Amino acid sequence: MTIAEKILARAAGLPSVKAGDVVEPKVDLAMSHENAALVINQFNEIYQGTMLPAHVWDPSRIAIIFDHRVPAESWKTANNQRKVRQFVTAQGIGKFHEIRGDEGGICHQILPENGYVRPGALVLGTDSHTTSHGALGTFAMGIGATEMASVWALGVALNVEVPATIKVNIKGKLPSRVYAKDIILHLIGKITANGASFKVLEFHGSTIRRMSVSERLTLCNMAVEAGATSGIVPADAETLRYLKEEAGVKERIAMLDADADAVYERTVEIDVTKLVPQVACPHTVDNVKPVSAVAGKKLDQIVIGSCTNGRFDDLEIAAKILRGKKVARNVRLLIFPASGRIYQRAMEAGIIQTLARSGAVIMNSGCGCCLGIHQGALADTEVALTTTNRNFKGRMGNPNAEVYLCSPATAAASAITGQITNPQKGGK
Amino acid sequence: MSKIVIKFEDDVSTDAIYPGRYMATVLPTETPAYAFADEKAFNAKLTKKEIPQGSVLLAGSNFGCGSSREQAVSCLKGHELIIVARSFARIFRQNSVNLGLRTVAVPDIEAAEGDDLELGRDEVVNRTSGRRFRVEPLSSTQEAMIEAGGLIPYTRKRLVA
Ligand code: SF4
Repeated sequence: MTIAEKILARAAGLPSVKAGDVVEPKVDLAMSHENAALVINQFNEIYQGTMLPAHVWDPSRIAIIFDHRVPAESWKTANNQRKVRQFVTAQGIGKFHEIRGDEGGICHQILPENGYVRPGALVLGTDSHTTSHGALGTFAMGIGATEMASVWALGVALNVEVPATIKVNIKGKLPSRVYAKDIILHLIGKITANGASFKVLEFHGSTIRRMSVSERLTLCNMAVEAGATSGIVPADAETLRYLKEEAGVKERIAMLDADADAVYERTVEIDVTKLVPQVACPHTVDNVKPVSAVAGKKLDQIVIGSCTNGRFDDLEIAAKILRGKKVARNVRLLIFPASGRIYQRAMEAGIIQTLARSGAVIMNSGCGCCLGIHQGALADTEVALTTTNRNFKGRMGNPNAEVYLCSPATAAASAITGQITNPQKGGK
Repeated sequence: MSKIVIKFEDDVSTDAIYPGRYMATVLPTETPAYAFADEKAFNAKLTKKEIPQGSVLLAGSNFGCGSSREQAVSCLKGHELIIVARSFARIFRQNSVNLGLRTVAVPDIEAAEGDDLELGRDEVVNRTSGRRFRVEPLSSTQEAMIEAGGLIPYTRKRLVA
């Protein structure tokens, strides 16, 4: 079996499953953010007229993180957040992350850094980028609010079709200033925005084995941009190191890999030895070009952050490039660390200071301008370059603006010039 | 018979169907006002009720890609549109089943705005061109959910069973 099949078989209590089977797996962790407000509506609706008390199946397995609009940008959001808080208290939900500078942050960062996700687990979240958690050898996928309400009530997902798996073999040593972000953009460009639709991307190869969990999170985060149900990196020594050292997990951690005779729908081979920095151009994530093809494009706003690229190593890369330099006068550089913990670590390392001195605006941890509802809106015809994961028309709040996606290195190098710039030495 | 009132290309994202800035609005009675909010002309027709219920929105492949926001489904459901597309993004498709929005996946469909479609369970007939196309079926569990009236009644049944 593939990793996805193994996890779903275990969760469904079956000896084995294969792609195409429809199963009812038990859920190990159910995650929501502000949209828990909608989940609560649907949850209460389920209990209408049943005479049963509306209790969630297991409060310790539910995680709720405020990140999409923090602090609240409107009274409507504030009311929603209050409603969620009241529900959290009433139900005794354990993994709740408030709007705080110490424990708060973006859901896809909060889950791994607190050790909530383990290899072999089934994680469902009311957010499409829940695929991120596959970085820890997890089967993790996004679902809608009503499906989550059903999970809260029953503890199982009622309609999971076991997806076929595409094996992605990535080998070779990454050239200088080329990162996991460039690999995933390249892959999405190659297989297209629905090339992995209803499938799992299972990542293998020497390049993956050398990657940190942080880089693997970037990779799996964007699996959904190829339409994938889930992206999975098999757990290894790095997974254990991360969970023990960075996430403080004390218990024994079980490992899980695909069987030698696992059936894959197909295999995609990528050699990164000669990969150059990549940019996804408007208005689809699969409109990917080498940075040289769009170099010189004038920018109005640059964003570094998000669940894709707002971790410590991302900020560190940006700070190295911006140290002693200034953000060009014609652009705004906005930085939002993925969590309060990362913000503090970056402060202790002097990274926040370096970035602020260069002219960057340091925003609070959260989703910020990534989805165009909170801070950093774009004017008509403005052009943004960002390390986030989506460039759909209107994504950053204005359908008449353009959004380009790239790595933190490309974003930082471009901040100095005010135009899209190759971060590699001697590159244009 | 259902008329195609608008035709979209591939990869229509949930940001296009229901822009993120309206996400604090969650009630299915309120979301329809923002359906395709940035496609001003279409949104105006919808909100002025100039589009009859049961009309078809036709799209290419990967309709509903992007976010898991359920408002993208409830806003279309509110106008009682039927969505016919070459293919759907997974989360959108499941959300539609859960909320009872009718989606029909027709991998090879060829039709234009203004065409009349006859929507069968296994086959779609374009009455304007006379051509027939195969419908990609839902899973039997999904059919059962639709039969039950959506995921909420389906789950309720399980709870009281
Ligand atoms: S940072 Fe952006 S992509 Fe990530 S969870 Fe927040 S809104 Fe979604």
